[in-house]
Amino acid sequence: MTKKTIVKGSVTGKVLKSSQPINFLGTIDKKTGSITDQKHNLSGKSIKGSILLFPHGIGSSVGAYTIYSLKSNNVAPLAMACQKIDLTVASGCALANIPLFVLSSNEYDSIKDGDEISLG
Amino acid sequence: MELTKDEEKSLNGEHGEALQIAYRILSATGEATDAEKLVPIHWAHVSGVNYNTIGDAGEEFLATISKDAKFRVRTTVNPMGYDKDSVEKFDLDENFIQKQESIRESYKKMGAIPSFSCIPYEIYDMPREGTQVSFAESNAAIYANSIGKLKTNKESAFSALASAITGKSPYSDLRKDDSPTMSIAMKVSEPNELTFGLLGYFAGKVADKSVAISGVKNMDKRCNKSMCASMGTSGSCGKFVLDDNSNASEKVDFDEKELQKVYDELNTAESGDMITLGSPQLGLEEMTDLATMLKGRAFKKRCLIFCPRAIQEQARSLGYAGQLESAGCELMSDCCTCLTPLVTKKDVDSVTTNSIKGAYYLKNSNGLDVNLKSLSDIVRDETS
Repeated sequence: MTKKTIVKGSVTGKVLKSSQPINFLGTIDKKTGSITDQKHNLSGKSIKGSILLFPHGIGSSVGAYTIYSLKSNNVAPLAMACQKIDLTVASGCALANIPLFVLSSNEYDSIKDGDEISLG
Repeated sequence: MELTKDEEKSLNGEHGEALQIAYRILSATGEATDAEKLVPIHWAHVSGVNYNTIGDAGEEFLATISKDAKFRVRTTVNPMGYDKDSVEKFDLDENFIQKQESIRESYKKMGAIPSFSCIPYEIYDMPREGTQVSFAESNAAIYANSIGKLKTNKESAFSALASAITGKSPYSDLRKDDSPTMSIAMKVSEPNELTFGLLGYFAGKVADKSVAISGVKNMDKRCNKSMCASMGTSGSCGKFVLDDNSNASEKVDFDEKELQKVYDELNTAESGDMITLGSPQLGLEEMTDLATMLKGRAFKKRCLIFCPRAIQEQARSLGYAGQLESAGCELMSDCCTCLTPLVTKKDVDSVTTNSIKGAYYLKNSNGLDVNLKSLSDIVRDETS
């Protein structure tokens, strides 16, 4: 069961799951949606069109603009789902209108990278 | 979250599009943090000013919202991309300058104070203890909570902007309960600002919203700023307290081994082609300190110093700016090491700095290698 819906929406798609938190500023190319941080476990992958699962957002407050830019550049994820919500991800998704969910730990753990799932 | 009738009307668009957007953001962040209500805030500090970070989408958004948004509380702004006094010395194209000026104009229209600084706490008088503020710019939020005894969550660029437009913020998280859930024992002896930066980066990774640090007696301003900035970079933690007797349930050590691990993650070069100081921007105390350390010496490489315009003016009238320039430093206002478009792969491969936050973004965003050193080691090794 989804624990909480922060930004409403219903989506079906393929999961891109990150084991590490994400700093949306400086580590994602906002024009392509690719993760540029070489030390990140999703390094080189694109978040475009995915259901992006990650533990939570970290770092810069300006990451919210990156989320908004990803949407404007048509390279945003279909939706995002986290274990813990931070203000940067919540406000970025709210403005960009990207569905955002908090998942229970059971549900979060049961979803695997590459799974086809529906949320919302 | 419960909204008043008036807030509800704003959310439904009855008071215009800008307020509707602002309340939409606050509703999402309020929902995310289980807030019951919105409370008034007395100062907003917004990030998202540098065209290098917010891009075309951000520039267009600000141009649109500034048509009918007006800031209701004192609002200061983060650094932008360049210092207009020296912009011609750098290789920035006309599009960048045009977009950056549009962003500056949008914030001005909404009523922002043109501070262009990530250290508002060193330029303006701090409100009294316990005042609710809304600070984006992670180092400033952590500094406001930890040193300034103010109340803010680690706001995002949009949540602080929404607070500036509405004068409100969800009453949740650190605004409500800021007791640490983790205590970190500092086991590294003779720490300097680089050590505290590494500790902050470690703390940000392991701690939740608030953290206690034991084994530290006092920290000077340079150490405090360094720790606030690095903590804000690596995590979502928004406050620290120095406390040897914390009853936090979780306890971890920060020893030489952990220090080395963080250092090895961020230090990627043996030396730098140039030096940058100021992420966060330097305050007056750090400028005067540095001027004293540099007496009779001069940098052997290019050295950029980033500071707020107000601080540069003070330093100039007191004679310190001149001393720093004589020692080979270039003083830059309104911009910052962090996410600067002015230091790029075209000119250099590596940079020497004492800033952990600077190191993280110079590497990840600018693609440069970084040589991390304390300020005293930089002066010892890089001047003659």
